[in-house]
Amino acid sequence: MNWGSEIAKAVLAAVGMFTFLAIVAAMFGVLLERKIGGWIQSRLGPKHVGPQGLLQTLADTLKLLQKEHVTPRAADALVFNTAPLVVATAGLMGWLVIPFGTLGGAVLVVRDLNIGILFFAAMASMTVIGILAGGWASNNKYSLLGALRSASQMISYELPLGMALVAVAMEAGTLSTVGIVRAQDGWMGSFIFRQFPAFVIFLVAATAEVNRVPFDLPEAESELVAGYFSEYSGMRFSLFMLGEYAEMFAMAAMTTTLFLGGWKGPLLPPLVWFFLKMYLVVFFMMWVRWTFPRFRLDQLLNLCWKILLPAGLIWILVSGYRITF
Amino acid sequence: MGTLAAFLILSAVTLIPAVVVVTSKNIVRSALALIPTFLGITGLYVLLRAEFVAGIQVLIYAGAITVLILFVIMLTEGGTGIRIRQVNEQVPVGALASAALAALLIWVFLRTPWPKGPGTIPEYTATQIGTTLLSSMVLVFEVTSLVLLVSLIGAIIIARRER
Repeated sequence: MNWGSEIAKAVLAAVGMFTFLAIVAAMFGVLLERKIGGWIQSRLGPKHVGPQGLLQTLADTLKLLQKEHVTPRAADALVFNTAPLVVATAGLMGWLVIPFGTLGGAVLVVRDLNIGILFFAAMASMTVIGILAGGWASNNKYSLLGALRSASQMISYELPLGMALVAVAMEAGTLSTVGIVRAQDGWMGSFIFRQFPAFVIFLVAATAEVNRVPFDLPEAESELVAGYFSEYSGMRFSLFMLGEYAEMFAMAAMTTTLFLGGWKGPLLPPLVWFFLKMYLVVFFMMWVRWTFPRFRLDQLLNLCWKILLPAGLIWILVSGYRITF
Repeated sequence: MGTLAAFLILSAVTLIPAVVVVTSKNIVRSALALIPTFLGITGLYVLLRAEFVAGIQVLIYAGAITVLILFVIMLTEGGTGIRIRQVNEQVPVGALASAALAALLIWVFLRTPWPKGPGTIPEYTATQIGTTLLSSMVLVFEVTSLVLLVSLIGAIIIARRER
C-alpha cells in the first residue's frame, strides 16, 4: 500500500465531501426547511434574495462569517471553542460510508468499510460529546440544561437505533452499507417491506438522535433560549448548524441506504434515485417538524425505553426466527 | 514504515491526553481528555485489523461511557467548577512504585517469547466474533448478560428507593 497517495486520496475525498455537504445539506437544507415551513404555515418563506429566495442561505452564511466570535468571560475557552468542531466533524464523518450510487460499475462511496453501519452509529454517538462539552463550557444554565437533556436523549435513542441496525444487518447478512444495498433486490426487495418495524424504529430514533422536533428538547427555544448553543455566535454557531444538518441528511441518506434500496430504481440513473429517495426522507422529517408539538422529557424517555426498545428487541427476535427457520 | 509511523502517532494521541486525564485540575477536562485516548486506542485496533472491536470501542467507550462520566460529574452538586488536586505529598513514593511496575512489565514483555499462531486473520471479523460468542464462548456470554441484568435491576431498585 502506498501511504502517501492513500493519505492524499483521503484528504481530497474529505474536502470534496465536506464542501458538497456544506452546500447541499446545510445551505440548501436550511432553505428547503424554511420554504417547506412557510408552505405548511401558509406563508411564503424567504423570497427576496435571489430568484424565489434561492440565495437567502448564501447571504446568511456570508453574514455569519463576518460576525464577531464572542467567547464569554466565564467560559472554558479551550473546550468552548473546540466543541462546535466536534459536532461538525462527527456529523460529516457519517457520510464516509454512504453509497451514493454507481458510475460505470464502480460504487460511489468514500470507503466501503466492512463495519459500515457500526461506523455510522459510532459517529452519530460522537455528536453528543460536542454538544455536552459546548453546553458545559458556555457556563450558562440554559446551555447546561440543554446539554444534559441532549445527553440523556441521545444516549437513550442510540439503543433503538442500534436495534434497528442489528435487524437490518441480520437480514442482509453484512454490516457493509454497499452490501446492504446489494441485498435489496427489486422493488419488493427493499427492506422497508421486509423490515417495516425496524424502519419505523430507525426513523423515530433518527429524528430524536438529530434533536429535531418533536424531540428538540435540547434546544427548546421557548424554555431554554436555544439550549446548548445559546452562547455561540458567528461561524461557531454555524458550525453547530452545519453539524446538525449534515447529521440529519446523513440519517436520511442512511434510511435510504438501509430501507429504501439505496441507489436502486428503474429508468433514472442511480445517483438521481439516491437523491430523490434521500430528499423524500428529508421532506418527511421537515413535515414532521412543522406539524408536531414538542414532547415533554418524561414522554420522550418513556417512548424510548418503554416502547421503542422492547419493540426493537421483539423485532430482532422475530427477524432472527424468520431468517433461521 | 507507514505502519510504524501510524503506530507512533496513535500512541502519542493515546498517551498525551491520558497524561492530561491524570493531571488536569478541572475534572470535566479530565473526562473530556478521555475521548482522544479512546479514539487513539480505536486507531490501534484498526491497525491490528480488528475493525469490529474498533467500531464498538468508539460507540461504547468514546460515545457512551464518557458521556455517562460527564453526566455524573455535571449532576453532582459542586461536581464542576471546583479545582481539585490530583496529586498529594506522596508523589515520590508513587513515582517509585510506578517506575518499578513499568520496569517489571517491560522486563516481562521483553522476556516473553511471543508465539505466532497458525492461520491468517479473517477478512471479516464481525461474523467470527458472533459465531464464537454463541458457540464455544456461550457460557461466558450468558454469564456476562446475567451480570449486566443484575446490575440493571440493582440500579432501578436504588433509583426507586428515593420515593
